[in-house]
Amino acid sequence: MGITTIAFILLSLMAIGSAIMMISSKSPVHSVLWLIVVFFAISGHYILLNAQFLAIVNIIVYAGAIMVLFLFVVMLMNLNAETEPIKNYRLRLIGILSGGSLLLVLIAAMMKIDVAQPVLMSTGDSGLIKVLGHALFTNYVLPFEISSVLFLSAMIGAVIIGKKE
Amino acid sequence: MQALTNRVKVVERKPMSFLERMYLPAIFKGMMITFSHIFKKKPTINYPEIQRPFSPVFRGLQVLNRDEEGRENCTACGLCAVACPAEAITMEAAERQPGEEHLYREEKYAAKYEINMLRCIFCGLCEEACPKDAIYLSETFTPADYQRKQFIYAKNDLLIPHPVNEPEAYKKALGNKSTKEKVN
Amino acid sequence: MMLAIDLAMVIEKLVLIVVVVSASLVIAMYTTFAERKVAAILQDRRGPNRAGPFGLLQPLADGLKLFFKEEIIPNFSSKFLFILGPALAMLTAVMTSAVIPWGDKISFFGRDVSLQIADINIGVLYVFGVVSLGVYGIMIGSWASNNKFSLMGGLRAASQIISYELAMGISLIALLMVTGTLSLKEMVVQQQQGGWGGFLGWNILKQPLGFLIFLICAFAECNRTPFDLPEAENELIGGYHTEYSSMKLGFYLFAEYINMFISSVIMATLFFGGYDMPFVDEAGLSPNIAALIGVAALMGKVIFFIFLFMWVRWTIPRFRYDQLMHLGWRILIPLALFNMLVTGAVILYFNK
Repeated sequence: MGITTIAFILLSLMAIGSAIMMISSKSPVHSVLWLIVVFFAISGHYILLNAQFLAIVNIIVYAGAIMVLFLFVVMLMNLNAETEPIKNYRLRLIGILSGGSLLLVLIAAMMKIDVAQPVLMSTGDSGLIKVLGHALFTNYVLPFEISSVLFLSAMIGAVIIGKKE
Repeated sequence: MQALTNRVKVVERKPMSFLERMYLPAIFKGMMITFSHIFKKKPTINYPEIQRPFSPVFRGLQVLNRDEEGRENCTACGLCAVACPAEAITMEAAERQPGEEHLYREEKYAAKYEINMLRCIFCGLCEEACPKDAIYLSETFTPADYQRKQFIYAKNDLLIPHPVNEPEAYKKALGNKSTKEKVN
Repeated sequence: MMLAIDLAMVIEKLVLIVVVVSASLVIAMYTTFAERKVAAILQDRRGPNRAGPFGLLQPLADGLKLFFKEEIIPNFSSKFLFILGPALAMLTAVMTSAVIPWGDKISFFGRDVSLQIADINIGVLYVFGVVSLGVYGIMIGSWASNNKFSLMGGLRAASQIISYELAMGISLIALLMVTGTLSLKEMVVQQQQGGWGGFLGWNILKQPLGFLIFLICAFAECNRTPFDLPEAENELIGGYHTEYSSMKLGFYLFAEYINMFISSVIMATLFFGGYDMPFVDEAGLSPNIAALIGVAALMGKVIFFIFLFMWVRWTIPRFRYDQLMHLGWRILIPLALFNMLVTGAVILYFNK
């Protein structure tokens, strides 16, 4: 086993474990913190794929900005385990059924997939900033600009909602 | 409204110019002012190494005086205790026995003389009241302590060092009180 | 790739890491001392001068005092997060030093040792990412304290750091457009190439407005006056570290000083030529001596910036919270965008 494989296994375990912890922990603040750990594990995966730019942007954008805002809101709302409404038995059963069927569908879909092009570890340069920038501003310039218009409209919308008396 | 004094300064509240609104020139000016303070003389005195001279009217810890031969001046007349507004002074008188002439100047002396430094307000009235020049306020502080009873100064704590046996300590304890007397 | 690791390389990097981390800790220690001394001198006082000659042992005494204080963990706090907070603050403060080029190569027993822990090609982004994580230490610690004042300090810190990160990032983008690289090492090499002994190559001459914005944002990111609202002692007791005591408090305070040091290094590297000392490359000295002079030059620039931090602290009073947000969102971000636009236009015009 090479170093990359060991790192991959460790990171995957970390990602899955903290994702489970995120779902199962009672306190919302703990959930947010576990989610941050998941993001770090995913960034680790990006680094294994030699996509350093994606890894660091993932950390800057998700862990550094979005999750801070999440944490901000959760801390302000002061959600405790006691304030959570107690769900009744029937609701719980329905939840288990629907979640289980979603899981079944996902597993079935996964079984069908044949791995045509396995992702190569620590080779490939599609995640490097030069290649990525080149691709974004030549081949994919239209989707890129459209998404930026989307962000702009979202920003303007937020400003308008915020200004409303 | 009528101005109360002729020193009123009218504050101008016109809108700020662009340069003023940038704040940066003002900040720079302020920083130059703080920077100039680096070169200013520091008024601090490094206390234990350098001690400032006391003012001539300073009233510090009491001292019981002796005359030139080292005899105690105090006759335990009690005038200081009467004069003391804080009632900090207590004393007990005793008669001088034959053979003690080298210790006490007059026939009566203070067998016990205590000043409670926690009560004393260092007003100097005891010094004024004393007819024998036996007590005066020196140029030292009362040192801090952990216990109350340490602040009740007995006669041994208050007596000035012997002028013949320890002339240097005597000089030091005397301070420039003697010169001050002459001025008066 | 198998488990084949160049042992000499590992040792070299480990030594470098130990040296850099301990150096930044020692510098942070003496920054606390310098802070008190500079404050005193600017206020016509003398400052600490009892412990050792000129009070030079004062930081040791302070550190010992913090170590021997009683550790108090509040009853209703979540204990793990309470300890995690200062640890994270310290970690993120020290992590940034990994990508900073501290000097040129030094030949050492026939080995060329680069005075940089990791020369990654996204150095600036790495710095930016680590800085954006710095807020977690404060937020987690403040929330775990279970204290209203702590929480308010933490929220203030979070909103302030997020707001100023934007302007900082945009001002950096303008700089990156000029340099065309994300690697800090390459930036320094570029700045060395300029005329007049390398002095004309410094990025401050190309991006003066960008530097100003970056400087203001660096002050805000370090929670230094005039942006020290998270720990405004007359409003919030102690801000986010109200409940902390002993070395955990020390870690928070220490992290602030390390942040100050690191952001000084980054400002020096990005805008003032890093370890470039004008006229040294031209003088034809032996590479080792030139590299050491370079390290000394970097330290000189850093000391100037640290002094600037303190100088500003004792000059400008603290902002009000709405003024802080106004400055960040309505002045600095449009200004940074404008700077980026002008830079892009100029680059386009000259590259046509």
